[in-house]
Formats: sequence, C-alpha cells, structure tokens
Amino acid sequence: MTDDVAEGQQVPAGFDPRLLGKAQSDVDEQDVQRGKLVQYVSFKVDDSEYGIDIMAVREIQGWVTVTTLPNTPEYVRGVLNLRGTIVPIFDLRCRFGNGLTDATPLHVVIIVAVGERIMGLLVDAVSDILTIGTEEILPVPEIEARSDQRFLNGLITVQDRMVALLQIEKLFDIDELVARVGAAAE
Amino acid sequence: MLPAMTDDPFAQFKLTFFEECTELLTDMEQNLGLVESGSFDNETLHAIFRAVHSIKAGADAFSFKRMVAFTHRFEFLLDLLREEKLAVDEPLVDTLFKSFDVLSDLVSFAQNGEEPDAEYGQDALAAIEGYLSGDVGSQPAAEATTDKPVVEEKTDQAVVETADVQSKEEGINHFRIEFTPKEAMYRHANEPLLIIRELMELGEITTTIDTERLPELAKLEPEDAYFSWVFELKTRYGRDDVDEVFEFVIDDCDLTIVTLGDDNEVVSVDVSPGHAGDDDDDFGFFVDDEALKSGVVDANPKPVEEVVAETKPAEVKAPAAAPAATTPAAPTGPTAKAAMPKSASIRVDVDRVDRLVNMVGELVITQSMLAQEVNNSAMDQSSNVTNGMEELSMHIRELQENVMSIRMQPVKSVFARMPRIVRDVSKKVGKKVKLITEGETTEVDKTVIEELADPLTHMIRNSLDHGLETPEERLAAGKGEEGTIRLSAEHRGGRIVIEITDDGRGINREKVLSLAKEKGVVAEDASLSDEEIDNLIFAPGFSTADEVTDLSGRGVGMDVVRRNIQALGGRVSVTSTPGVGARFQLTLPLTLAVLDGMIVGASDEKYVIPINNIIETVRPPSSDVETLIDGNKVIRIRGEYIRVVSVARMFGDVNASNDPSKGLVVLVEADGGKVIGLHVDMLAGQQQVVIKSLETNYRAVKGIASATILGDGSVCLILDIDALARMEVPKIKKPELMADSFVPKQTEQTEMPSAEHLEAVTA
Repeated sequence: MTDDVAEGQQVPAGFDPRLLGKAQSDVDEQDVQRGKLVQYVSFKVDDSEYGIDIMAVREIQGWVTVTTLPNTPEYVRGVLNLRGTIVPIFDLRCRFGNGLTDATPLHVVIIVAVGERIMGLLVDAVSDILTIGTEEILPVPEIEARSDQRFLNGLITVQDRMVALLQIEKLFDIDELVARVGAAAE
Repeated sequence: MLPAMTDDPFAQFKLTFFEECTELLTDMEQNLGLVESGSFDNETLHAIFRAVHSIKAGADAFSFKRMVAFTHRFEFLLDLLREEKLAVDEPLVDTLFKSFDVLSDLVSFAQNGEEPDAEYGQDALAAIEGYLSGDVGSQPAAEATTDKPVVEEKTDQAVVETADVQSKEEGINHFRIEFTPKEAMYRHANEPLLIIRELMELGEITTTIDTERLPELAKLEPEDAYFSWVFELKTRYGRDDVDEVFEFVIDDCDLTIVTLGDDNEVVSVDVSPGHAGDDDDDFGFFVDDEALKSGVVDANPKPVEEVVAETKPAEVKAPAAAPAATTPAAPTGPTAKAAMPKSASIRVDVDRVDRLVNMVGELVITQSMLAQEVNNSAMDQSSNVTNGMEELSMHIRELQENVMSIRMQPVKSVFARMPRIVRDVSKKVGKKVKLITEGETTEVDKTVIEELADPLTHMIRNSLDHGLETPEERLAAGKGEEGTIRLSAEHRGGRIVIEITDDGRGINREKVLSLAKEKGVVAEDASLSDEEIDNLIFAPGFSTADEVTDLSGRGVGMDVVRRNIQALGGRVSVTSTPGVGARFQLTLPLTLAVLDGMIVGASDEKYVIPINNIIETVRPPSSDVETLIDGNKVIRIRGEYIRVVSVARMFGDVNASNDPSKGLVVLVEADGGKVIGLHVDMLAGQQQVVIKSLETNYRAVKGIASATILGDGSVCLILDIDALARMEVPKIKKPELMADSFVPKQTEQTEMPSAEHLEAVTA
C-alpha cells in the first residue's frame, strides 16, 4: 500500500480513488449509482479498522513533516502544502483519545474533502477499498454516550473483522471545533 | 450572490447589468465632477448621457420600471444640456448630482430586490421637471408613444403611422432614413423594434418595410435580421438626435440618413455609414476593419447627388461609403466605446484570476526548488541545464509580474469619488476648496483599491474640516480665498504612495499637545519633537476641532484611518508646517497577495515577520535585560523598557530560552504604535512571500495571521504582530531559565526541541 502512497502525491485533485484497489472489478457501477452499494476506504488506527466514504477521499499520501500550528488542539498535527493549498492534518489516534501518533514515513495521510474544506487524516495504514451493500451496515449499539460514538455511521463486518464507518462531517465539524477551542481558551 | 435571484433565469444577465451599472455610475460621477469644475466639453456631456441611456436600456430589459421612468426624464434633462439649451450653473449641477444619487440608489434598490418608497426620488424628479418645463417646447410626449406597439412589421410594405406628438413650433426637419440591419444585429443583442420605437418618439414617422430579403421559412435563421426599413421622419429634433437613435447599432447596420426639405426636395445629404473616420483617431482602426469586412470600401466616394438619386427603398442595402465631413462627431465616440470592449477588454471572474495567481505562485516555488537542485548537483555552470534554468526563472518571473498585473487597477476609481466628497463637505463647512488629483492612473491591486476608499474619504474630510481655514480666515492670513487639496498617487519602491496635501493652517501643535496630555495620550511631562506631536493626531481618542462636527472629529477618525491602513500592511504619517499646510502620506503595498517578510527561526520552526512591522533588530547585552515580577522580560533600549516576548514560548515550547540576550530581539510596532520585542533565535533572510489563508481549510489561529510556502515547499507561518502584542505567554510550569545556563552567551542557538517537535522531526 505504501508504494501506492508515494505515487499518490502526483495524483491530481480530481482523481477518483475508486480506480485504485482490486475491489473495482467486482463492482457493478450501476448498483453503486442506485445506492445499493457503497464504497469505503478502510484504514487502521492502532488495532481498530475504520472506513470513510470513498467519495470524500481526494488522495492518499505518505506522512511528511508538517509545520506545527501553535495554539491548536493536540490532535492538530499542523499544516502541509498540498500543491499550494494549506491543508491541516489531524491525528486520528489522538482524536480518538489514544495519544499522539509517532508518525513515520510509513504512516499515511488521507486527504479528504469535508464540504468546501480539504483536510488530512493521519492514520497508521490504508488497508482496502470495501464495496458493501447498504443493508450490510449495522447500527452502532447504544452503549452509553461515549464521546466518539457520534462519529460513527455504522458498523460492518469484513472477514470477521469489525470496521467502524466514520461520519467524517461529525468528526471534524469545524464550527463545533472552533466553539470548543474558543471555550477552552477562556 | 443575491438570494432573491437564484431562481431567476436572468440572474446572470442581471448580475452583468449591475456590474455595468457600477462602472457606468463611476464614470458618470467623474464626468459630473468635470461638469461641475467647468472643464468639460461636449464629449463629457455625451458620455454622461450615454451612461444614463445604457442604464435605461438595461433597466428596460429587466423591467426595473422605476429606474426606466427616472432615467427617461433624466435623459431629457441631459439632452437639453447637450444641446446647450441650459446653462451650467450651480443649481443645475446640484440637480445633476441629486439625480445621480437617485439613480445610484435606484440601481442598488433593484440590485437588492427592494422597492423604494413611492415618493423616493420625487424631489430630484421635480427638479428635473422644473428644467424641462422651463424650456419651451422641450416637453416631449414620449411616454405617449412608447407603449404604442409596432405590429405590422411582417406585412409586406406595411406602413406604420404614428400620431404627431410634437408641437410644431420651430423648424420641422424632414429626414429620410434607410435602415438595413446586418445579419448579426440580433446576435449583438440589438433589437430594431426598439430603435423604431425610439425613432417614433422623435416625431411623425412614416415607415416602409422591405421584406425582400426574407428567405423561405425552411432557410430562415431565427437570429438573423432580414428586414430593411425606410422611414420618413418629420421632427423638430435635429440630425444629432436622429443619429443618436442609431448610436448603438451603427456597426450592425447600413444606414443612410438624408435631410429633406419641406417640399420633399433634397436639401442636403448626410451619409453616415457609421464611421466618420476622421473625427476620431481611435475609431479609424475600426473603420478600416469594418469596411474591409463588409466590402464597402469606396476609394472614390460618389458625389452627393448620385447617392441621393440611388436612394430607393429597394437599394437601401447598398452601403453608402462617403464619409460626410459634415457628420457631427456625436456617434463616433459612443460607437467606438460600444465596439471597443469586444477586443479591448473582457470580464473575468476574480476567482479565476486568483486561481491563476495561485498557480503561478506554485510555479515560482517549484522553479526555485528545481534551481536549488541544479545548483546542488555540482553541474557545470555553463551547461544547458543551468542556462535553461536561468531562462526559465526569467520567464516565470515575467509571467508572475504579468499575472499579478491582471489584478491591478488604476486608483482612478477611488479618486473619482473624492471630488464629490469635497463638494459636499466644503458646502457644509462653508469653505472654498479646489481639489487637484494627480497620478490617477497609478495602478494597485484591486483588493487594495477596495480598502482604500474609506481611509481616503476620512482623510480628505479631515483636511477639509480641520486643515483648511474658512475664506475669511484665509484672507486674513494673506492666502487666496480658495483652499487647495492635492491628492496624488505614485509608485515608489514597489509600493504605492498616496499623498493628501492641503494649504491650510497646518497642525496646531500647542493644541494637539495639550489635548493629548488632557486625554492622557501622552504623559504630562513628556517632551516631544514637532514631528511626534503632529503624529499624535493618529492616537486613539483625538479630536482637534473646536466643535465636534458630524464630518470628522468624532474623535476616532484618524485613529481608524491608521488602523485600516496598517491592516493593509501600510503606514500613514503626517508632516505639517504651521500656517502653510499639512501633508498626509500613505504608503501601501501594491498587492495584498504578497508580503515582504523577514524569516526568523524560533525553536525549530520558521516564522515570517512582516517587514513593515519591523523597526529594528537588536542583540541586547545581558546587562540590558531585566525580568519583571511576573517573569516577563523587558529590555532597555535608549532609556526605554520594551517588553520582550519569546516567540517559541508563546507558541508552546516551554523549554525555549527566555533570555533575550541569548538570541535576537526583533522590535516590532503593533497596533496603535505599541512596540514589543520578539525574541527569536536567528534571522534566516528577507523574502517576498505569497500569503495563503489558514482559514480556507482550517480556521484562524491565535497569533498567526496566515501562512506561506517557502522555496523548499514547506509551510511557514506569518506572525500576527497585533495579536502577539496582546497575547499572554502561556504559563510556564517548569522553573524558569533552567535551560539557559547551558547555552553559551552571544551565539545563535537552536533550542532543544520539545517532545512534540522531536516527534515531528524524527518522524
């Protein structure tokens, strides 16, 4: 996967990551369009596996040193230059409350678009592209109001592993983020 | 942009219309200024008329009824002016300005989708009507005819008659007008029907239509024009007015206008092919061009009689090519203007330009990266690659300059508003003022221009209100009754310098100083140089006028000006000679997209400090460094204590040295002239950087104004000096200065990176 990653830097912004990965041949385009099938990019953070909607993914690249931003939450690793755009990089492990990632060039940054904004997610590794039927998505059991609960869109099982589907808009709801940081500053 | 319009299929066209209106109104205001100053000619009046006319046409198309009704009357007034039936005097100029205001407001009402009150603009309208009715016979009954539909166009040889609407007072002119639209007419958004209607407003008209060219239905191109017309017009209006009807279509038609005598005998012939070449140099180009295209170049213009002999309806198509020397210049200017934009300028979305600017910025970075690589590769300095790189770098710089210049606009658009302000304010304060503007063509970035209007307005008002004396005072001081304000712009060293000079009384230093002391702006016992006193007027909370007026003197004026200018990365200063006058000087960067910065290193990060905040850089000896009770450091410079902020600590590196004598202190001036020292480790050079917003993809970060990308492709943060000056250093938990004792004195040092930074480095 990391080989792909290095190339990812040359991929133009409009690149459709669906062309990546082996799952492509199995996919019935029409089913995807009809909404029966959805595709997720799955990745690992620690031992857990997560998925994000493939349509949000702009590109995937290896970790490079970023410029640290002062006065920001710990999980904001900094900003990097993505072909002239300043893109903030968020450490997902840290966002989930498990401390900062000890990032190496083998770590992967997934560049995603959330609304108008472009941002990068620092994860351990990208594992696969999953094509699943919408009916395969299971609801998240409501255990208790855990903080990361509302980031989750649902759960799926892939070869006996559980993949948690992230709702990226919730994960980095900028307005909420600003409000919280503002509150913390006071 | 305008929510009310989103469902409107014409929204886009409306947008264009309003953009045009803005431009037209700007031009118009400027021209009105000329009229007021008396330095105008016919062309100025024509230009004003055209502006109103164009707005009317657009308003009509979008059914902005109020606007149409108003412009219609306004046009008549301007018409009288053009015909020199009205003398330009003060009340008339007032009416013109008033009408201009109403028109501007109507445009913005329409733009915001609002409907003005019924009585809105009635006073201006009444003033116009006053002039119109004052002029005998000039009351045109145009409205009566505008609604009359012209129906029978499709009938062969149809004759459309309209009622005689003119009072036949003076000489009635008879014209025979042969009008053959070219095929392209509709495609240029012109509509013969409207022209005919307009013609009908001029007087009694007999219309003959020639439908010979009409092809079979199958071959008919809906967008082509096939008809031609012959009109016999009896009007009290002159030739100019008839020409004017065709003003905007003259390029798109073959037109012959013949003046007939009362008994239908030909008295004179004016053949206007639309191009009276000699009248206008600019236009000469188009004549040739157009003539070539339509193949009507006629080296030997036919004698007048011959042309007349030929003017039968069927032959209207034959374009007459004799450029009649008697043709008034009126149509040439307008057509030149109407035709010019096709090739001379295009409307481009600012976003697109910005994207272009961005991309070129990237190109510059990539190029310098490549150049670096080539240099490092120990390649032969005369190799093709090295030479190629040099050439590439030259081309790219040129490209960058050119792309940047797309955003540049002359300051004229802002300067043009000032005569109006001077006029209004001088009336209110009862002073006589002459405004002289210079260097209006000086170009500066669009964003800077937009931000310039408010500060300039404020400063001009200030000069008028405080600077200049009343006529009596001036006479008593042995000056001319009329004061002068000079507004000038010029480029100087990559910046634009704008100066506002008045020949008024200058700054009353005694008063300023005592006031400043009274208001606590300076200490009671402060001794200040003259220059320092003069510049006190920029201090917050200041007003020197004896009475607080509603113009300036709200006590915040010049303070706000300074803040606005500084926000643009500029500076403002004043020099004054008592009794002789004052000069305000603004210097601004040419663009807001790039910034001159000093790159400094603090901890293991690099930051950019904007050059115009920097006063000086010092390496203070440890004897000049003192610690305050709260742990903050101050340094003593020329007898003053200045607070020093460690950039690294401010940004959370708790291990960073807090001893300014171990590094460099960059003295910067923040908001309101407050000076602080920024403690950094090293200076890494001065460079022009392209400003990139952090907020595009993230949000504003405290202490950071924006970011930029350095030559190596890395992101570098630009410091927000004003914010830094206000920020508190984060509380330090560790015992202070622990690390300092390990660092040798007076060397440039790289601080121990914090755990967080270490992680980033090793990663």
